[in-house]
Amino acid sequence: MAETPKKIMFVMQKPPHGSIYPYEGLEFILISGAYEQDISLVFLGDGVYNIKKDQDTSELGIKGFVKTYRTLEGYDIEKLYVDKKSMEDRGMTVDDLIVPVEVKTSKEINAMMNEQHAVFPC
Amino acid sequence: MKFGILVLDGPYNHEAGDSAYNFIAAAMNKGHEISGVFFYNDGVLNATKLMDPPTDDRNIVKRWSELGAKGVDIVVCIAAGKRRGIVDSNLAPNIRISGLGQLVDMTLNADRMITFGA
Repeated sequence: MAETPKKIMFVMQKPPHGSIYPYEGLEFILISGAYEQDISLVFLGDGVYNIKKDQDTSELGIKGFVKTYRTLEGYDIEKLYVDKKSMEDRGMTVDDLIVPVEVKTSKEINAMMNEQHAVFPC
Repeated sequence: MKFGILVLDGPYNHEAGDSAYNFIAAAMNKGHEISGVFFYNDGVLNATKLMDPPTDDRNIVKRWSELGAKGVDIVVCIAAGKRRGIVDSNLAPNIRISGLGQLVDMTLNADRMITFGA
């Protein structure tokens, strides 16, 4: 009998460029997707910039990975949440984002975090 | 309780690895089990045997190797390690290299997964 999936939440807090960490976080998220667990991903603070439309890394000389977020659905990672205040503070709306997300208040995100088996910062 | 430990910061440059080690020592002392230690991001640098700190300071890699000798499974992420030059030839004793799947397994097997550094 299959075990009940465990809730694992990833919290993307860093901007996509300027460090390797969001990219390595995303690699961990993708691997986790293969384990048939209850995976969710929250974009918080500057982490919201990870899924901003119209990113162009060509002049940075680094491999952009924004398109990878579009593949998450194929890994059964469909629970994507954005912190409302983080998004609004950065002058963005859901129309600026490359993937469909649910907008949540900090209070709602906090409540979801309390239900997790594990929470990982990335 | 069974704890899984994730270390994300490099040795000496941040306190995360020290805090992780101290937590593990305290937890084991109280009879808790450590399901594993996983080094990811800059945390992989904890695993190099080339580390050679001044003798009047703690030797972080030696500490991890000794913990591994006690039977704690200590794993370095292969992808993050290769980016930072951590490979089999400079890996400290009692630490092994494997994939991120090991971190997922460690997470699922632990009652509590604790991350140090971010």
